[in-house]
Amino acid sequence: MEILTPVFTLLILAVVFGALLGYAAKAFRVEGNPIVDEINALLPQTQCGQCGHPGCRPYAESIAAGGPINKCPPGGESTIAALANLLDVEPEPLDAEHGVEDVRKVAYIREDECIGCTKCIQACPVDAILGSAKHMHTVITSECTGCDLCVEPCPVDCIDMIPEKNPLQNWHWQRPDPRLQNVQLIVTDQMRKAS
Amino acid sequence: MSMLNSSPHGHQGHSTGQVMQQVMLACVPGLTALTWFFGWGTVINIIWLALLALGIEALILHLRGRPIAFYLRDYSALVTAVLLGLALPPTAPWWLGLIGITFAIGIAKHLYGGMGYNPFNPAMVGYVVLLISFPLQMTRWVLPVGATDALPGFGESLVMFFGAEPFAGIDAYTGATALDSFRQQRGGMLVSEFWSVTDVMGRWSGLGWEWVNTGFLLGGLYLLYKKIIGWRIPVGMLAAIAILSAVFYDGGSSASGGSPLMHLFGGATMLGAFFIATDPVTASTTPKGRLIYGAMIGIIVYVIRIWGNYADGVAFAVLLGNFSAPLIDAYTQPRTYGHRK
Amino acid sequence: MSIQASHSFYPLPGGIHPSENKAQSLQGPIRQAELPARLIIPLTQPGFAQAHVQVQPGDKVYKGQLLASGNPVTGLNAHASTSGTVVEITEHAVPNMSGLPELCAVIASDGQDEWQKLPPLDPAETDVDTLITRIHDCGISGLGGAGFPSHTKLRGALSKVHTLVINAAECEPFITADHALMREHADEIIKGIWLLLQITGAGKCLIGIEDNKPDARDAMLKAIEDAFDDRLSLVEVPTKYPSGAEKQLIWLLTGTEVPSGKITIQSGIMCQNVGTARAIARAVLHGEALVSRITTFTGAALEHPCNMEVLIGTPVAELLAQCDLDESRLSRVISGGPLMGFHLPHADLPIVKITNCIIATTESELPTPAPQQACIRCGFCTDVCPVNLLPQQLFWFSRSKELEKAEQHNIMDCIECGACAYVCPSHIPLVQYYRATKAELREAKEKELKAEYSKKRFDFHQQRMEEQKRQDEQRRAERAALAKKRKQEAAAGGEQAGGEQAGGEQKEAKDAIKAALERVNAKKAARAAKASQQEQNDTEPGS
Repeated sequence: MEILTPVFTLLILAVVFGALLGYAAKAFRVEGNPIVDEINALLPQTQCGQCGHPGCRPYAESIAAGGPINKCPPGGESTIAALANLLDVEPEPLDAEHGVEDVRKVAYIREDECIGCTKCIQACPVDAILGSAKHMHTVITSECTGCDLCVEPCPVDCIDMIPEKNPLQNWHWQRPDPRLQNVQLIVTDQMRKAS
Repeated sequence: MSMLNSSPHGHQGHSTGQVMQQVMLACVPGLTALTWFFGWGTVINIIWLALLALGIEALILHLRGRPIAFYLRDYSALVTAVLLGLALPPTAPWWLGLIGITFAIGIAKHLYGGMGYNPFNPAMVGYVVLLISFPLQMTRWVLPVGATDALPGFGESLVMFFGAEPFAGIDAYTGATALDSFRQQRGGMLVSEFWSVTDVMGRWSGLGWEWVNTGFLLGGLYLLYKKIIGWRIPVGMLAAIAILSAVFYDGGSSASGGSPLMHLFGGATMLGAFFIATDPVTASTTPKGRLIYGAMIGIIVYVIRIWGNYADGVAFAVLLGNFSAPLIDAYTQPRTYGHRK
Repeated sequence: MSIQASHSFYPLPGGIHPSENKAQSLQGPIRQAELPARLIIPLTQPGFAQAHVQVQPGDKVYKGQLLASGNPVTGLNAHASTSGTVVEITEHAVPNMSGLPELCAVIASDGQDEWQKLPPLDPAETDVDTLITRIHDCGISGLGGAGFPSHTKLRGALSKVHTLVINAAECEPFITADHALMREHADEIIKGIWLLLQITGAGKCLIGIEDNKPDARDAMLKAIEDAFDDRLSLVEVPTKYPSGAEKQLIWLLTGTEVPSGKITIQSGIMCQNVGTARAIARAVLHGEALVSRITTFTGAALEHPCNMEVLIGTPVAELLAQCDLDESRLSRVISGGPLMGFHLPHADLPIVKITNCIIATTESELPTPAPQQACIRCGFCTDVCPVNLLPQQLFWFSRSKELEKAEQHNIMDCIECGACAYVCPSHIPLVQYYRATKAELREAKEKELKAEYSKKRFDFHQQRMEEQKRQDEQRRAERAALAKKRKQEAAAGGEQAGGEQAGGEQKEAKDAIKAALERVNAKKAARAAKASQQEQNDTEPGS
């Protein structure tokens, strides 16, 4: 008979916790797939397709499905770090296959060469190019994401990607270089030895 | 090599090495008292541990491919050696120090990344490893001058150091420390009664110990004066011990835990408060956090002394404090200028 | 009645007491620098925006003539600092942190130093707007260090400021430019302060001065006494670095903490340097553009350290020579103070508006930084931080690039004063770590905003494309239905009816074109009207 006590105890516990779990699953149910949105929010939204996906959201979906997080050159190191932090994985170096991190650029149309074909306008994912057929086009710099997608379609090759800021605006302090530090140390060490 | 150097371009001129030198200098009064009352054993310990510490540090730096001379000049290994040497009993044989310092520097310090990266106080890790592994050797203290006529001479200390066991004379010199006999041998006596029957108690704390602690207190005040250490950790720790012992003093009844003076000047209190708990690498770093950290160590020290299994608890208390330092820091961020009060 | 310095102040947390090294450059009065043969005048705009250059190589210019301007709101005018000929407009190295060249006008002096001044203004009869415009025209920027355009700051402060704080603290070692200025030109500073009070409408002015310059204090007290103005008061604060930092001085004098991320004006307080006050007085009362400043030349490598009134654009090397530089002892040249200044790669660089001090130092005076050791968390940095940060924690986060944690620990509130690195026994270049991290955080913020905006644009684009597709589909469906109907009608007989309908459609299309053209014409007319109105508005204030 004594065997029944633990059996019942466990049974009751199982029922109680099962009910709790069932309730929690209903009460705290999360609609949709928020992780894709969260990942998408971390991507730079250039829609450039350098990752091999047709835009940022498809790349976010691929990451959510377990794909690599290091395929976004415009986002660069900071985006990888943010993604790694969100997904709780180790950050990896940027996959050079998809391009390298660079200063942010914007498209610039050499206007006297533009023939007004509207091909770039159609290519622009954020409607940042202004113009109409047979009239010169121009880029609204503040809207341009620097995605590069308008360069390819231009039949007269009159679109340049130029840095958004000049070198002075881009300059900032870098952390002290630890390698330099070590070299310095070893040199001072040897100097002391020699003297 | 043209390298952009950010401001500032001036420097106060203090270096980590100088900080460590000051710490070692401040140990001198305490060490003098230890030697006066307990013989040459501690001095021999310190010399031996210092040699070992430098050797082990150099060896590991070499293995890790780091510049040796540069890192040896920060004197952190020497400080670890001195602190562990001060904590070891004067009767410690050579192998005890070897094991302790190997753990302290090899494992507690370098396995965690070396100077600045160790989460636990290396000297205390070494001490606790020895205390748990070799309880007999670690609790065998020399009787202080006054309790015995025969303090071991330098030669006899050397014989003990070389561990010629069984050394016939050793038992003549050794006995329990004051704190140890207070908890073990008091039976149901009143504090004053115990004071009169034993010869290991002095004026207000353990015989000899009260002066050793006074020595470390002086050294600690010197460090405070030189601004090498802050006041918060020592004050937190000493205040916690003083308050707790006052609360449980009970007028010296048979259930008493001993007077505040006995606890403040007994065992490793002052050494711990000014030299060990203040090790900045492993302590809390926020101003408020340091007070809490010190107080926490003080509370644990008292708890271990009165209700724990060991006569003194500074080493354990400091390690437990080290454990909680990051948590304390996280909850005691100071208010930055311009942020809401 | 004699006016006394007030000693009531709110103590500053943290801070350091580096050796002052101020006496060397204060032995004599302010010297007048020799007129250089060639001047390199930076045309740099705030934020390194593009400058509108107003002169061409070969042009003859007068002292005080405009060389370049910028954006009317935030721009900073640059003027020729002596008369002569513009030789070239080119990129030239200037004293800046990056060491990158900036656009400069090189002027060959004609030796005449001939002024072209603006007409003096009488403050009693001039409105605030004209005063600010004059300050803009004279190219005045903050002379304390940051170099922010004064007219921009003043316009932002209009009727928002109750207290004017005048920074006479000069807390950095070596620098004595403000000290010397106060000794000799206290009256002009007071005149500048009056103008600032008139412009901002502030009810009182607190002048904060450190207690290590009693002679400057006395000169200022005398000037205040002569001014008979009870809005002015002088507060003497203890000598401690960095009491002269803007927000720190405001705390010292008023006990007000400017909230994090806000500017002082949002707390009703404006801070101006004594040198700026004097420059404003010269601009308004004498019509002089900012073409010279007082700069300290000091350091152990100079035989005769001093303060000199120098023309903007004078090469540093020439000025060092005038102070008898001992090349053999020189180790480094620093622009600014030892705690916040920056290292000059060579001395062929011009004096710029923010150059308050040039230190030609020796290895024994300011030694090369020792190699960095590991942080032992000693907390010395925490004790000296004037904004109550935890510098050692920020260092760990900065080094491991944990931007988010660094931000949570308020790294953006760091004022880069360098007190932490000054006391660090492990010689860690903490400020450099913080500067890099702050820049990265700023970039990340910018990137985030841009991404958010781009996403909105992209979503809108997607929506538009879908809408268009849907409309195309719908139209195709309608056309198909129409064609079907017509076919049915044709089948029912009566081809004529079909033709008529097609004619009607054409007519409809023509009407649509006509309507569109009319719309365009109407818009053009409206725009033209607006433009002419604008022109009138533009010309009005100038005329």
